[in-house]
Amino acid sequence: MTFRNADVLLDVLRYQLGLTGAKPGCLNGDCGACTVNIDGAAQKSCLMLAVEAIGKEILTIEGLNAPIQGVFVDQFAFQCGYCTSGFIMNAHSLIETKKNPSDEEITAWLESNICRCTGYMEIEKAVKSVIHLPKGP
Amino acid sequence: MIPYDFEYYNPSSVEEAVQLFQTLHHDGKEPMYFSGGTEIITFGRLNMVRAGAVIDIKNIPECRALEFNQESLFIGAANALTTIEERNPFPLLSQTVSEIADRTARNKITVGGNICGTIFYREAVLPFLLTDSLVLVAGHRGLRSVPINEIFQEQLLLESGELLVQMVTNRAYLEQPFVSIKRRRQWDTGYPLITVAALKVGQEIRVAISGLTDFPFRAKQIEGALNRRDLSDEQRIELALHSLDVLILNDTEGSSQYRLFVLKNTLHDVLHELGG
Ligand SMILES: Cc1cc2nc3c(=O)[nH]c(=O)nc-3n(C[C@H](O)[C@H](O)[C@H](O)COP(=O)(O)OP(=O)(O)OC[C@H]3O[C@@H](n4cnc5c(N)ncnc54)[C@H](O)[C@@H]3O)c2cc1C
Ligand code: FES
Ligand code: FES
Repeated sequence: MTFRNADVLLDVLRYQLGLTGAKPGCLNGDCGACTVNIDGAAQKSCLMLAVEAIGKEILTIEGLNAPIQGVFVDQFAFQCGYCTSGFIMNAHSLIETKKNPSDEEITAWLESNICRCTGYMEIEKAVKSVIHLPKGP
Repeated sequence: MIPYDFEYYNPSSVEEAVQLFQTLHHDGKEPMYFSGGTEIITFGRLNMVRAGAVIDIKNIPECRALEFNQESLFIGAANALTTIEERNPFPLLSQTVSEIADRTARNKITVGGNICGTIFYREAVLPFLLTDSLVLVAGHRGLRSVPINEIFQEQLLLESGELLVQMVTNRAYLEQPFVSIKRRRQWDTGYPLITVAALKVGQEIRVAISGLTDFPFRAKQIEGALNRRDLSDEQRIELALHSLDVLILNDTEGSSQYRLFVLKNTLHDVLHELGG
C-alpha cells in the first residue's frame, strides 16, 4: 500500500483500506468520531499522520470484539451512531488502561468525544456497566 | 486532507535532527520540526502552515526524557501531555496541562509543541515561567541553556533551525504551593477565556496568565501588586488590574471588559487559595 507522507491516518484507514468505522467529523481534533487505538492508547486519527503509525499496533472498531460494544446496544447509548465507534474505542482504551476508574476519570476521558443526538447519560451508563462487570479470572 | 505533500524524517538523535534541518533548509525544503504534529496537521489542512519536510522528534531519547538529577527535573519537549499528567513529576505542570484540549488529544499534543506553537494560549509554558526554568536548545552551533523568562518573549525566540530539547526546572520549586485556574466561556474542554497559574515561593506569589492577550506571559506587574501586604485583598487586586500593560483580547470568546471581570474574580481565588 502506498500513501503520501501528508496523509492522516483517518484517510488511509477509510479510503485506502476501506475501514470506514472511524468517522470523519470535524477533522480538527475536536469531536472524537475518528478515534482509534494506537498501541493501546486512544488517538484521534485525524490528528495523526499514517506514517507516524508505522510499526505500531492499530486497532479500529472493525477489529474490536469486546463487551463495551454489546452494552452500547443494551443501554440505548446511540441514536444515529455516527459518534459511536469513537466513543467505544475511547471507552475500550479506558477500560484496558484503568481497572477501576473513578467517576471523575470516566468523565475526563469521555469528554474527548462529542455526540449530537443521543444523551450522554446513556453513554456513561453503558461505559460504567462494563467497568462494573465481573472480571474474568 | 492536507492539500500538499511533504518529506517525512524520523531522526534518532538531536544532532541528526539539527543537521537534517540545516540540509533541508539549504535545499529550500522549508522544514519544520514535528512533535505532536497537531498544529502542523490541523493548520496544514487549512493551508495556514506549509512545510516541504517535517522532522519528527518523537524518537529522540533526549526529547522523551522525564527524569531528575539531584538538583533539577528534565522534561523532554516531545513528551505527550498525558505522559506528564500520569507520571506527575511536576504537579503544577500536570494540573495546568490536564486542562488543555481533551484527554485523547493530549495523548498526541506534546509539551514542547505547545510551547513552540502559534496559538494564543500555549498554556503549558505557564508553569515554566513561574519556576524560572531553563530551556535547552540545540542548533548548528551546539547546545545552549537559556532562562525561559529571557527567551520566551511573547513566543519562544528560537533561531532558525534551533530545536527545543528540554525544559529544566529546579526541584525546590516542585514542592511549592500552587493553583492553576482555567475559566472557559462554556464547556469543560478546549481553549480558555483566561487561565491563571500561580505559585507561592516563600511569602511571594507569582502569577502567569494565558488568554488575556495574544500570548501567555509571566505577570510581574500583577505580582508586585498582589504581594503588597499593606493593602487589603480588594485593593491589591484593583492595583493589579490597573498595573496591567498588555492589549487585552476582545473577540468572540469574550470582550476585553469581560476578560478583566473574569481575571479579577480569578485573582480573588488565587489570593484565597494561596493565602495572600
Ligand atoms: C481539540 C484541540 C483543543 C486544544 N485546546 C487547547 C487549549 O485549550 N490550550 C492550549 O494551550 N492548546 C490547546 N490545543 C493545542 C494547540 O492548539 C496545538 O495543537 C498544540 O499545542 C501543538 O502541540 P504539538 O505537540 O502537536 O505541536 P506540533 O504541531 O508538532 O508543533 C507546533 C509548532 O511548534 C514547532 N515545534 C514543535 N516542537 C518543537 C521543538 N521541540 N523545537 C522547535 N520547534 C518545535 C513546530 O515546528 C510547529 O511550528 C488544542 C488542540 C486541539 C486539537
Ligand atoms: S474527526 Fe477527528 S476529532 Fe473530529
Ligand atoms: S448517536 Fe448520533 S451523534 Fe452520537
